[in-house]
Amino acid sequence: MVHLKKGVLAFTAALLMSTSAFAQARELKYYADFDPLPLAAFEALIVDFEAANPDVDVVLQNFDHEGYKTAIRNFLTADSPDLANWYAGNRMAPFVNAGQFMDVSDVWEANGLSDSLGSAKASMTIDGKQWGVPYTYYQWGIYFNKDVYKTVGVEVPTTWDGFVENCVKFQAAGIDCLTTGTKALWPAAGIFDYLNMRTNGYEFHMDLTAGKIAWTDDRVKATFAEWAKVQPFTTANNAALEWEEAAALMVQGKAANYVMGNFAVGNFKEGGMTNDTLGFMVFPEITPGIPRAEEAPTDTIHIPTGAKNVDDAKKFLAFVADADVQTKLNAALNQLPTNKNSSVNPDDPFLVAGFEALSSAYALAQFFDRDAPAEMAKAGMEGFQEFMVKPDRLDAILERLEKVRGQAYD
Amino acid sequence: MSAYWKANQRKLAPWLFLAPGILMFAIYVVIPIIQSMAISLYDWDGLGVAEYIGTANYTELWSDDSFYTSLKNNVLWLVLYMLAVPAGLMIAIFLNQTIWGMRAYKSLFFFPFVISQVVVGLIFSWFYAPNFGILYNLIEAVTGERIAILADERFVTYGIIAAGLWPQIAYVMILYLTGLNNVAADQVEAARLDGAKGWKMLWYVILPQLRPATFIAVVVTVIGALRSFDLVSIMTHGGPYGSSRVLSYYMYEQALSEYGYRMGYGAAIAVVLFGIMMVFISGFIWKMWRDETER
Repeated sequence: MVHLKKGVLAFTAALLMSTSAFAQARELKYYADFDPLPLAAFEALIVDFEAANPDVDVVLQNFDHEGYKTAIRNFLTADSPDLANWYAGNRMAPFVNAGQFMDVSDVWEANGLSDSLGSAKASMTIDGKQWGVPYTYYQWGIYFNKDVYKTVGVEVPTTWDGFVENCVKFQAAGIDCLTTGTKALWPAAGIFDYLNMRTNGYEFHMDLTAGKIAWTDDRVKATFAEWAKVQPFTTANNAALEWEEAAALMVQGKAANYVMGNFAVGNFKEGGMTNDTLGFMVFPEITPGIPRAEEAPTDTIHIPTGAKNVDDAKKFLAFVADADVQTKLNAALNQLPTNKNSSVNPDDPFLVAGFEALSSAYALAQFFDRDAPAEMAKAGMEGFQEFMVKPDRLDAILERLEKVRGQAYD
Repeated sequence: MSAYWKANQRKLAPWLFLAPGILMFAIYVVIPIIQSMAISLYDWDGLGVAEYIGTANYTELWSDDSFYTSLKNNVLWLVLYMLAVPAGLMIAIFLNQTIWGMRAYKSLFFFPFVISQVVVGLIFSWFYAPNFGILYNLIEAVTGERIAILADERFVTYGIIAAGLWPQIAYVMILYLTGLNNVAADQVEAARLDGAKGWKMLWYVILPQLRPATFIAVVVTVIGALRSFDLVSIMTHGGPYGSSRVLSYYMYEQALSEYGYRMGYGAAIAVVLFGIMMVFISGFIWKMWRDETER
């Protein structure tokens, strides 16, 4: 009991002292949706920012990753923070068009970000202005099980035809050539994006997601024709699997390849794969001569228009865009810095391969559900999932997508 | 004032007692319903300015395939969920014996209803999961075919309804157990003396006395069937490619979900769902009103 009383007194004293110290610091409210690993990385970044700016106190409020996507619609109007996480491309368009994100082109100007963040600039720009700062992205590509390749005796393919030939051999050995888990819909979109960019090119893909090309166009049908080549070799029940469950299939050697983002490497390694057994390749060329574009979904930070502490928020954005800060942050996140002057951990073969692939890419797409507006994205991904299960319904699927295109873009 | 009160106390008192309830009901139920109906006449993304478009949302709904899929699924839910009523009755009759430990058995049978619907959905989706699901392996052992129920558009709604029936049967069972406690023992004795047994006893003596319990069981089952959001959301997200959608989930998808920024359209779907529910609710209220006035 004596200890309790002393403890209470000491606690109250500490509380009083700490409040007097904070009374001098300006508060910066930051709402985020980090998973545990990125959260730790960002807390370290905030410590560095507060060290560089001792009169600013960053208060980070972290939401559950999925819950954040609904919460943001509330707090941008109701009680906006000074900084908020979100995504680039068409994903930020609803908020930009509703006037809820602040124009930060001045931050880009003042810090020369148009040069250092050049590859990501297009995805942050709407109407010629920039609306946020990207701090990380990650590559997509084909991850494969090297042991399975060795057992069946095939080489890593350099062309699409080679990939399809390998599929035949995998099937003969009772292994799924391609696996995916489309229960949450988006993994199928990754496959479509790459097939479309490799068959018809980056500009065609951007025009398609922007609603300028009909889904019943022959070139879209050509993409699906290429997809039909590997569809029979894909895990049969992919519509019932979450992407993590499909990853388990590849770890167990029941599947050979997985079109996925680099965040999956964590899952593969947890399941037991190592740098020796897990391989990565960029998606092979389909139509010869088309410049190689890649998928690089970008995570971003924005300033809501209702923010109170705008000056410090802009300082934070400039800090996050800095090359060294991004190097340190992305080393902890295990992803790629958007600043071209940053460096990547040379011991991680996947990050090195990704950095090379993205830095030398012709252009970067944001992923189907960020490049296309929400309604089109949902209908499109459902169409991809249906195609993977019932490829003979392609015409009906494309007509339905075309109908949605008429309504979704206005 | 007080003279007026003394004179009319009998008439005014019930309204005064009802006033808080009516106020809450008006604020939290009636006014939001009217607001939803109003929103359905607009094109609104929830963030910006709402644009008045009249009945355009309903016209679009009329020619929307997903709407008809949802409607069909709702009908399936309504019809198949009714199986919970006789199933609950059978289990209640079975449990209505005086055996040592029967209370424990009753609690175990009631247990499914206590679990959150989300947990029920999650566990059942693992039962159906390919490769390791217990029901998946059972189906493979019995029929030789490898059917992932939640990925197959022919069976997915039935799979989800089966998961929903499990807690619903428990709920109906408790309603009937209470009803069975109130069955007049002397009537049962008299019928037994007259030679009624088994099925005849059930149909002519027991069931008529269970009429109030049956009424409530049907009410909650209908409402549960039309409201079935959690299971669809957890088990399939409305998939595969939208084939297990129900109206409540479709409304959520269009208005509130990650890819849904169409408040007006979602509100139109909600109004349609409300219309369907009103058919049943009106029927129930009419029956209750008739019972009350007869008494």
